[in-house]
Amino acid sequence: MTEAALSLPTTEPQMHRASAYAHAFGGLMLRDICVLRREAAAFVVRTVMNPLFFVFVFTYVFPRIGQGFTTGSSVSFGTVILPGLMAIAIMFQGIMAVALPLAIELGVGGELFDRIMAPLPTGGVAAEKIVFSAVQSVIAAGVVFPLAYFIPSMPVHVHVSSWAFLLTVIVLAGLVSGAMGLALGTIAKPQQINLIFAVVVIPVTFLGCVYYPWALLHSVRWLQVLVLLNPLVYMSEGLRAALTPALPHMPSPVVLAALVLSLLILSWIGIRGFVKRVIS
Amino acid sequence: MTAVDAIDLKVSHGEIFGLLGPNGAGKTTTIGCCTTRTVPTSGRIWINGVEVQEDPPQARLLIGVVPQQNTLDRACTAWENIYFHCRYFGMAAETARRRSDDLLREFKLFERGSALVRELSGGMAQRLQIARAVAHQPKVLFLDEPTAGLDPQSRLAVWELVRNMRVSGITVLLTTHYMEEADQLCDRVAIIDHGRILVNGTPAELKQSVGAQTVMEMHLSDAPASLAEGLRSLPGVEAVEQTPPGFRVYARSRDGLLPRVVEVAQGYDLRDVAVTEPTLETVFIRLTGRELRD
Repeated sequence: MTEAALSLPTTEPQMHRASAYAHAFGGLMLRDICVLRREAAAFVVRTVMNPLFFVFVFTYVFPRIGQGFTTGSSVSFGTVILPGLMAIAIMFQGIMAVALPLAIELGVGGELFDRIMAPLPTGGVAAEKIVFSAVQSVIAAGVVFPLAYFIPSMPVHVHVSSWAFLLTVIVLAGLVSGAMGLALGTIAKPQQINLIFAVVVIPVTFLGCVYYPWALLHSVRWLQVLVLLNPLVYMSEGLRAALTPALPHMPSPVVLAALVLSLLILSWIGIRGFVKRVIS
Repeated sequence: MTAVDAIDLKVSHGEIFGLLGPNGAGKTTTIGCCTTRTVPTSGRIWINGVEVQEDPPQARLLIGVVPQQNTLDRACTAWENIYFHCRYFGMAAETARRRSDDLLREFKLFERGSALVRELSGGMAQRLQIARAVAHQPKVLFLDEPTAGLDPQSRLAVWELVRNMRVSGITVLLTTHYMEEADQLCDRVAIIDHGRILVNGTPAELKQSVGAQTVMEMHLSDAPASLAEGLRSLPGVEAVEQTPPGFRVYARSRDGLLPRVVEVAQGYDLRDVAVTEPTLETVFIRLTGRELRD
């Protein structure tokens, strides 16, 4: 390094550096947006299918054939699962948009190369994956909402008292799902990805308070306590608090705190795992 | 396991420098350490004043890297591979667009700009990788086995591109296990084996270091020590080595040598004699007793 470069005031290179990192991060986002746009149809299909059929069978067909779930109150099942289905759509983005491609890219090697070699700390590349997954999650939540709102044969009662809270929950939930995807994608080898689905994704979704509010689990107390480890519970409950406040739901501060905590833990695992996989 | 052990190298600005060695010699690990992908257990690497392990993002601004396998972004087209690379390195949209067009033209890929990576041939993919690696105008370009697996025509095209780096003032550090590649392309070559640099200099210097102008490979059905003695006593012969098919004779000059060698070998069932000048392969054999492609 030359004398002149060494003697520069430190603030200027620092700013320079921050702007270089921001540019690299922005470039990575841009690349992902371009790829997502190209795969828009596939994105919509994979986002829509599960909630579409779920809503159709459980809230449209079942009431008509005399089958169905009771919610223990006057609220329709459609109202109960609207937030749950949005939560699941958000969580699945983390798996589909981060974990699966990442497990494959890390396994085959190579394909991530140019992004890893971008001029920002390697953890920044992992963080971009989390942030971009959150973008997809927000879109997915928006795609699922009209399905879950309009298809049920019984009225769905939605009441948003705070849009800011709703948006915060959706964005936080998206970030948590991205971080979870990152953690799973870096832990799993490509050949284990089916196993991950069976061992992690299925229990997480079925025990994520998607189809029932958390408060109703009080009759199975051990399960009610156990599911508190599941980040999806806080996504579902948070959306319940934001969208269908008539239903029992966890207090908003608890939801936000739990989502932030999940985000910190999962990001730490995911980013650390990512760096370990790409730098030897 | 130690893949690279106490390497000490200096590569000068504007030079094409080759690391020549067999597979598993530690070439890729060396490149990995220089390009922020591998963290060495000890030692330091400086690129243009930046210590690589201290500041990987800063080092990445200064280097372009073409690894051994195809690392193109399969979700993107050829053009997008360069365009997004430029964006990662902070270029504005318009500048990046122009740079991508220019590079595709320069690397004779312009017509394939909208092709997805899987639609490109091996040679095209390699050209695109090099184009992408230099898109942000790095100071140093690292090429790990740049022509491995390419057909002869694509190999020559890659050589041409590497030579052109000199014009752009880009320093090149390449690894190869092809001695012709090192010989033809590089200003200086370091021979590496078992993670250590054995020797380093210009190809001409290295070949001179063998101390012989002529190398003769003799194939015999039987190669007794008495024949080796006989060969050693011939005028002009510097050294004789036993090889699996017979002997290798190093001599100062080839004048009149062949008939004398054939004469001495009479009665030993001489099958074949090949007379060559020393190559980098000879240098490697002299230093390690093994062939490059063992």
